[in-house]
Amino acid sequence: MKRIRLSLGAAGLLAVAACLVAPAAASAAVTVKGSDTMVILSQRWAETYMKKNAGKKIQVTGGGSGTGIAALVNGTTDVANSSRAIKADESAKVRDRFNVLPVETAVARDGVALYVNEANPIAQLTVAQLRAIFLGDVTNWKEVGGADSPIVLYSRENSSGTYVFFKENVLGGEDFAASAQTLPGTAAVVNAVAKERYGIGYGGAAYAKGVKEVKIAGKDGQAWLPSAENVKSGKYPLSRPLFMYTRATPAGEAKQFIDWCLSPEGQAIVTQVGYFPIK
Amino acid sequence: MKAIEAAGGAGAPRTPRAAMRRRQVREGLIEAVVTLVALTGIAAVVLIFVFVAREAIPLFTDPEIAKEVDLGRMFLPRVTRAGRPPGFIWQPVGAIPKYSMIPLLLGTLKVTIVAMAVAAPAGVAAALFTSEFAPPRLKEVLKPTIELLAGIPSVVLGFFALMVMATWLQTAFGFSFRLNAVVAGLGLALTIVPVVFTVSEDALAAVPRSYREASLALGATRWETAFRVVLPAAAPGVLAAIVLGFGRAIGETMIVLMASGNAAITSWSFGESVRTLPATIAAEMGEVVVGGAHYAVLFFIGVELFVFTFVLNGLAAWSVRRLVRRMSGAAA
Amino acid sequence: MSVRSRKAVGGGFALLTGAAAALVVLMLAVILLDVARGGAGRLSWEFLTAAPSEGMTAGGIFPAIYGTAVMTLVMTVAVMPVGVMTAIYLHEYAPPTSRLAAAVRVAVTNLAGVPSIVFGLFGLGFFIQFVGRGLDRVFSEPGTLRFGQPALLWASLTLAILTLPVVIVATEEALRAVPRDHRDASLALGATRSQTLARVVLPGALPGILTGAILAVARGAGEVAPILFTGVAYFLPDLPTSPFSQFMHLGYHTYVLATQSPDVEATRPLLYATVLVLLLLTFALNLVAIAIRTRTRRRAAAGH
Repeated sequence: MKRIRLSLGAAGLLAVAACLVAPAAASAAVTVKGSDTMVILSQRWAETYMKKNAGKKIQVTGGGSGTGIAALVNGTTDVANSSRAIKADESAKVRDRFNVLPVETAVARDGVALYVNEANPIAQLTVAQLRAIFLGDVTNWKEVGGADSPIVLYSRENSSGTYVFFKENVLGGEDFAASAQTLPGTAAVVNAVAKERYGIGYGGAAYAKGVKEVKIAGKDGQAWLPSAENVKSGKYPLSRPLFMYTRATPAGEAKQFIDWCLSPEGQAIVTQVGYFPIK
Repeated sequence: MKAIEAAGGAGAPRTPRAAMRRRQVREGLIEAVVTLVALTGIAAVVLIFVFVAREAIPLFTDPEIAKEVDLGRMFLPRVTRAGRPPGFIWQPVGAIPKYSMIPLLLGTLKVTIVAMAVAAPAGVAAALFTSEFAPPRLKEVLKPTIELLAGIPSVVLGFFALMVMATWLQTAFGFSFRLNAVVAGLGLALTIVPVVFTVSEDALAAVPRSYREASLALGATRWETAFRVVLPAAAPGVLAAIVLGFGRAIGETMIVLMASGNAAITSWSFGESVRTLPATIAAEMGEVVVGGAHYAVLFFIGVELFVFTFVLNGLAAWSVRRLVRRMSGAAA
Repeated sequence: MSVRSRKAVGGGFALLTGAAAALVVLMLAVILLDVARGGAGRLSWEFLTAAPSEGMTAGGIFPAIYGTAVMTLVMTVAVMPVGVMTAIYLHEYAPPTSRLAAAVRVAVTNLAGVPSIVFGLFGLGFFIQFVGRGLDRVFSEPGTLRFGQPALLWASLTLAILTLPVVIVATEEALRAVPRDHRDASLALGATRSQTLARVVLPGALPGILTGAILAVARGAGEVAPILFTGVAYFLPDLPTSPFSQFMHLGYHTYVLATQSPDVEATRPLLYATVLVLLLLTFALNLVAIAIRTRTRRRAAAGH
């Protein structure tokens, strides 16, 4: 019995020692972390890229844009997916730790859609109304022309780039209402709104299955749906680019992957998944 | 053979004594090694506290972080919107991060209350039934079955609460929030019941048979014996079970992360979503930059959780010690 | 009160408590049935051996099964020696009034009560930031992080500490089940304490020790909170090849599919099937452990 344990322990120690000395195989893979909005797209890209280039490895994890950028700062990822622009203090942290500034590459366009339940009669809202709703100033659907029932808010966790984008562009930097339920992913928001008669939530336009998208009216007064041409032309008020960030200009494996994502092949996948190509 | 030789003493040749000394040295070494390894348990607890607290200390020592958050900002009401009354807001990501602990503490408390309100009576009642009323063959089936419930991973219970229970409860009670304190609390109860059951059942089983026999001999019925004699005798152990369940409920992460809605609302309504301390750590830790204020606050929450459960465990242990002292006086 | 009415009340209470027990068993059955119904359709050999594809809406969960298996293996190798030796110390070597032994017991009880997310923080704060970055300072080029990153090794060690109390309790129970006469006889024949341990006590306690290992594995396969930021990942192209790779995990996979999957309706059957596999695995392990434990308890009761 003791002999078995001793030999197991020795084997374990040897294995660990071997890995300390041997070159880490993991470093050949490109790590991509971050935006949940971009995670399906990123995964499709990774799957297709690896199928076309045998021997290359791309590792994709979600967690939110904030997670990706934090990983970039912490040094635990090569590429950070982000559905929002990197902040000045985050850039500064990268510079302080690595002596380089992070480099931004826009890889796709997205429209942040507002989802309501299919049974909800509301068809359009202005950005001002959205702001009032998500700040908690407007709490009943009848105040914006709907049924007389309380509005149930669905939001994202604060690690989400979509959350930050919405906060800055719709709420003007103010806080979400405390009653907004925070869900870990866009799919969870869609799922919740699909089941909740009086719910409203937001997320990438590509995810809207089983819910209704609301037309949004911006400064020009006209209400638009987040369709391909409205997002590309900028008519839809909540359009945004999706980014990949790297420490310093992309090089080596990471550069090849990003270049491929920007190629016509890669951009075709963007449309397939439901987002909009960068050009 | 060796013992006779060793006992031989003066008449025996030198080699056995040297061999005996070598053996003693070896024995001493083995005992030393075993004792050292046993210290890992203590080391682990100490290290956990030290290394979790270590990452939270910058809250009090780093001037940059102190600008963003301090104890006052964590526990006192603050004005967050111009022209509105002061409140308790947890929104750590934003132009002005807000770190009030109050909604999180309240959320944790609400979910735990719901869980304990269901799990404590159910667990103790089930233990009472298994120990006092069930025929022996039923007992042999019941105990492992309920212990099997303990073996279900909490992520599976969270999944069940999210996909199935939330819909049931919403159709039954008409909650405006589908995921709320009640759903999370009931999901939590599923994992607490086996804890309360197992420890209570052990406590009840530890009550000496003579107590029961004496009570029955004096003319009491089975349930009178169970309620007036056995249960009071096992009370410290049952209390320990409930306290342990409470501690487990406070610290449980996955079920609450999936089924509570994760909204940091400061209110006493149970039909609203809640955000608990463990779920906050789980949801936000991936996002933080190492060494920042948010990072330190999350570790501070970890320290809070560690301290709560440490105190509760101490209480439970003290209660069990009282039970043992009570039982050791009686004949088995 | 008359004897008859007292008996009636008694019957009522028996019924009430019986109902509570039945309710608990009922919930267990409902959960099992719901999962089986939702997932059985998707369960197949292909599901268990293929990798996920099409953005997690098709394919199988083999990498998650493999990752869970490798991680629990490393965890078991780490926890068994420490746990068994601690139990041996507590039961065989420590004098009854030893304060050190009492301290160890208190520590173990507290360890059992620490919330699983705090273990995750510990894994991050100690293994990754302290041990990992320390190793990096010594062995890696400046600026690169090879060891100070979430990895299989750190996650396994974190879970090893989490399951330590399980192993210690199970081993102590096993040691207690070995009759004292066996030890006394061995010592009387001139064997030393360590010889008695190695040749008499441990072989006798083996089934109980095995129970501890099995329960630890069941716990490790199911716990998600401690591995969230210490090594698990959502989509990896490769199986983990070194202790410093990341890995996929059945429990984490369930969590991600349930809350963050790209197409909720399409992944629902996959989600249910994953949960079914996880449940079957933990149930099988727990049942085996319970069976061994019941047999050992019966043998101990007979032997004393």
